[in-house]
Amino acid sequence: MTTRTDDIRLGADIGGTFTDIALDVRGTIFSTKVLTTYSAPEQAILDGIAIVVRDAKISTADIGIVIHGTTLATNALIERRGAKTALVTTEGFRDVIEMRTENRFEQYDLNLKLPTPLIPREHRFTVKGRIGAEGQELQPLDEAALEEIADQIAAGGFGAVAIGFIHSYMNPAHEQRAREILARKLDMPISVSAEVSPQMREFERFNTVCANAYVRPQMASYLARLQTRLKDMGADCPVFMIHSGGGLISVETASEFPVRLVESGPAGGAIFAADIARRFDLDTVVSYDMGGTTAKICLIEDYAPQTARTFEVARTYRFCKGSGMPISIPVIEMIEIGAGGGSIAWVDAMGRIQTGPESAGSEPGPACYGRGGTRPAITDADLVLGKLDPDSFAGGAIKLDAAASQGAITSDVGARLSLNPLSAAFGISEVVDENMANAARVHAVENGKNISDNVMIAFGGAAPLHAARLCEKLGLDQCLVPQGAGVGSAIGFLKAPFGYEALASKLTRLSQFKADEVNALLDDLKASAESFVRAGTSGRIVREITAFMRYAGQGWEIPVALPDKPFAEDAGITLADAFRKNYERFFGRAIDGLDGLEIEVVTWSVKASDERPASAKHKITTGTRSVPVAVTREVFDPASGTMQTTAIVERTSLSAGDRVKGPAVIVERETSTVVTTPFDAVMQSDGAILMIRKESAA
Amino acid sequence: MSDIGEIRMQVMWNRLISVVEEQALTLLRTAFSTSVRESGDLSAGVFSPRGEMLAQAVTGTPGHVNTMAEAVLQFMNEIPREEMYEGDTYVTNDPWQGTGHLHDITMVSPSFLNGELVAFFACTAHVVDVGGRGFGADGKSVYEEGIQIPIMKFAEKGVVNRDLVKILRCNVREPNQVVGDFYSLAACNEVGHRRLVGMMREIGLTSLDGLGAFIFSRTHNAMLERIKALPKGTWSNELVTDGYDDPVKLAAAVSVHDDHLNVDFSGSAPMSRWGINVPIIYTKAYACYALKCVVAPDIPNNAASLAFFTVSSPTNILNAARPAPVSLRHVIGHMVPDLVLGAMAQALPGKIQAEGAAALWNIHISARPAAGGAGRRAEVLMFNSGGMGARPELDGLSATAFPSGVHTMPIEATEHTGPIVIWRKELRPGSGGDGEFRGGLGQVLEIGALDGHEFDFSAMFDRVKHPAKGRNGGKDGQAGVVKLDDGTLMRPKGWQHVPAGRRLILELPGGGGYGDPAKRSAEARAQDRSRGYVTEDGK
Repeated sequence: MTTRTDDIRLGADIGGTFTDIALDVRGTIFSTKVLTTYSAPEQAILDGIAIVVRDAKISTADIGIVIHGTTLATNALIERRGAKTALVTTEGFRDVIEMRTENRFEQYDLNLKLPTPLIPREHRFTVKGRIGAEGQELQPLDEAALEEIADQIAAGGFGAVAIGFIHSYMNPAHEQRAREILARKLDMPISVSAEVSPQMREFERFNTVCANAYVRPQMASYLARLQTRLKDMGADCPVFMIHSGGGLISVETASEFPVRLVESGPAGGAIFAADIARRFDLDTVVSYDMGGTTAKICLIEDYAPQTARTFEVARTYRFCKGSGMPISIPVIEMIEIGAGGGSIAWVDAMGRIQTGPESAGSEPGPACYGRGGTRPAITDADLVLGKLDPDSFAGGAIKLDAAASQGAITSDVGARLSLNPLSAAFGISEVVDENMANAARVHAVENGKNISDNVMIAFGGAAPLHAARLCEKLGLDQCLVPQGAGVGSAIGFLKAPFGYEALASKLTRLSQFKADEVNALLDDLKASAESFVRAGTSGRIVREITAFMRYAGQGWEIPVALPDKPFAEDAGITLADAFRKNYERFFGRAIDGLDGLEIEVVTWSVKASDERPASAKHKITTGTRSVPVAVTREVFDPASGTMQTTAIVERTSLSAGDRVKGPAVIVERETSTVVTTPFDAVMQSDGAILMIRKESAA
Repeated sequence: MSDIGEIRMQVMWNRLISVVEEQALTLLRTAFSTSVRESGDLSAGVFSPRGEMLAQAVTGTPGHVNTMAEAVLQFMNEIPREEMYEGDTYVTNDPWQGTGHLHDITMVSPSFLNGELVAFFACTAHVVDVGGRGFGADGKSVYEEGIQIPIMKFAEKGVVNRDLVKILRCNVREPNQVVGDFYSLAACNEVGHRRLVGMMREIGLTSLDGLGAFIFSRTHNAMLERIKALPKGTWSNELVTDGYDDPVKLAAAVSVHDDHLNVDFSGSAPMSRWGINVPIIYTKAYACYALKCVVAPDIPNNAASLAFFTVSSPTNILNAARPAPVSLRHVIGHMVPDLVLGAMAQALPGKIQAEGAAALWNIHISARPAAGGAGRRAEVLMFNSGGMGARPELDGLSATAFPSGVHTMPIEATEHTGPIVIWRKELRPGSGGDGEFRGGLGQVLEIGALDGHEFDFSAMFDRVKHPAKGRNGGKDGQAGVVKLDDGTLMRPKGWQHVPAGRRLILELPGGGGYGDPAKRSAEARAQDRSRGYVTEDGK
């Protein structure tokens, strides 16, 4: 059956600076970038749609589905532009979101400031009633007190309510009852923690339900407006939202759980890379997305991005771990560091070059933009090293001023270290590449992976300039720079499955494994996950069952994939074997020979998603046809530490199978791909560029 | 050095720091004790073959970080070079050679490349039990505080010392967790070694000598500049803490010289009969930490930066001699930064924060079924923090560990480990000292056993009789209180009993205020009231 949905799909990604639109008309992509309109974000989408619809020569009524991701929820959290929100919590725990972990994330800074809690103390209400660690009721809920709290909230001018009670992930009865009582008197959305984030650890769960409540009125009204205006312009098709875990949810679900939209844009980028991995049958991939402000790195195994159950948004202190807000929801796991084209370079007290996290942004921008920026950014270093052509940056929109770059680099870095401008620029470039390499390496270790086994997929404006050198540092032999890299996230949205991950924390010792209890729990999770997915698809649904396991006594769980069938009574033994195998992969060797050392499951997860149609397959071609070189430029060669005459090739002039010998720079409208000396570049049949190490066979 | 050579050195230095971060991460991921995995009570670092610390993970707490820096030399003294082999790992928990008490296990592993010793890796973590009387101040000597492991091999050529493991298993209450943590410490050094060797092969290095010289000369020069900028002279300070039964006076004189800083602890109280004595290695760790926060917060910790700090002291509570009991050395040790900062406040008027709660309010709970009944037994450890002192331009941080670098544990996780219920864990209004900038608030905990259970607890609390002092006219923070819910006052130190049905209430001290309270802005006062940071009477 062919529906409109399969035919014409539209992806819309609202980012901090740009709103990207990608329209897929029976396999042909039309894309555009328009400036994000903060006062009415839907306007940018409508403007963008008008452009791609005109380019594709279709009518808006022909669009079968709109898939949308946005940083609006993230920005509302970062900029604190949410609703006035009340938190109703267990008596004795008013300050959980304020006391955080009681730790200073930077040990030596005596003037440290901790992030202020999302909901100030005077807006946090407490009520008697206590659930124990096993889910038993230790003290009944004080319903009369809740009636009074409802009156106070009603009189207090609040726009949203969050409910977070201790151990509600074990037993949500008190939270549900509290919602009933409050809802009788309050005409505003009420979020409860056991639904938003049913996981142990009160700081993370309370913070997540607060974040959800805080952005909910704003996101719900935005999503309603968007749907109305799309209808008004003739796009009367279903609208779905991409969530932070990389799947699709209905607008209704998104309006109820908007915290699940946080980081949905970067998730689209990871899906984009995963789709390319599938296209080329690459089972271990690292995606590398470098834009103006940050670089994001994600591991993709068997065409699925790595996921996690908690992450941090709105870091307030140099991207330092612990300085943001923890959000515990299923998420595509990425490491994000303050390394983008606009990141500022400087010299510390030891005479060490440092880069970022401060960014020059687009205003004033790097020194070479000539818009008043005087401090050197990564883009300035790239320009001095010859990686960029000053006359055709961003399609010629900005003429770059190499002298300004040299000046800024000399005054802020070169003069302080007695380095000539070229060496200083190389130093800046090396430091930022090394920082990204270190982040990628540590991220791989955290996931029990060896980074050098991967193929890199690079996208985002600045990534192709740095990808080859990063591969050298990480010991990778191959890197793909796909087509459409500039609007990667929006294209990624079009590939996203209808998917939802349902989680439950339930501590289960394998020695006390009860098959019927676990089977019942998993059945509930399956039903819950599938009901979300069913809202968007009538296709076949596939499920992934995962147990997060550890040795009893440890605090860090590792994911163990489980078969999708009911457990038999002796399944504990198979689970233990599967756990030991995974543990070895993470940490070298399993712990054995300790009498009575128990293995336990902490969290159970069911991920349901519809089966996506397979994308067209392409085979990696290593190509042999050499390309005549007409144009050359002096470009810095990191291996020899000198400028080398380097071939300059237009991306559009290459055909599938063409092989360009490094060093070379392949130029296109939005960016340039720098092929360093150890690599050659080969044009692929789908238009991607493959950088491949000279001596390696594909 | 050529321009390119300079840049390559910088890049390698970065890489070395990333190597030790991976080392620390492995420890966090595999550790069993809540004190390591939830609270980060650990450290990890890489050393030259001469035992000089080259780099150290940012993850970790100062008491471990700065003690471990000296520990490697002790290992080299005990184990001659010709008895070191590839695949070896050495271990100790000696308080005077390691980090100050038996609960901390330090492991050192040599790292070989092509048969040459190129580095050492070291790491430290606090394990849940070492036998003896358990974690508390009641031991009369170190012999009562648990099993002592002198510097020895945990593994030789990759083969684990089974005899040590057997003895250990017999001597501790939680053998699986403790032995599990031993393995996890060894694994963390192993990961560091593998990454280092990988890096050296990739770059083509056969030794770290050149890189070490680069790191040390850069660090040395940067430190020298900072010390040049300090006023020269000697400044003294004293403070009094609760002690075990009698108050304990601590005294320090900080001397700023042209090329180093020395802290002398003469005049401090003699050694205590109780386990609150501090080996000098731990005193030094926290003295260095305080000075470094003031002088060079952004300069990395390594042999060259730490060489600028020295300490001296006759034998006393801050320089305890074997076999003094030292289990709770952190209670007095955590006071050392306030002591040293008080001296620095005279050298740098207007720059130094007020005193804070300082010592963590750790509590070890031993829960069991009430007489004759059925139920669970469990050992539960919690870390809780009072308020920090106000800073010259900022209020103090509430319920935040300082000087320790650990985290608290989630109460939902704590309640899973034993039959106890935390009924309250929230800020303590009114506990921050008044001032132009207010001291950080302490917190209140209310702890009971589940029905049918009772518990004993080891108290390790300070600033109950001697609150944190304000600075420059700021008021003192509130002192701590230890009591039952029926009002019975409990002692701030030692093992005590809480009968079934009763709850233990801990009111943690607040930080001192900074500056004249009359200068506190009207907005700040209004916010204190609306948020309930102060009590009704406006204190």
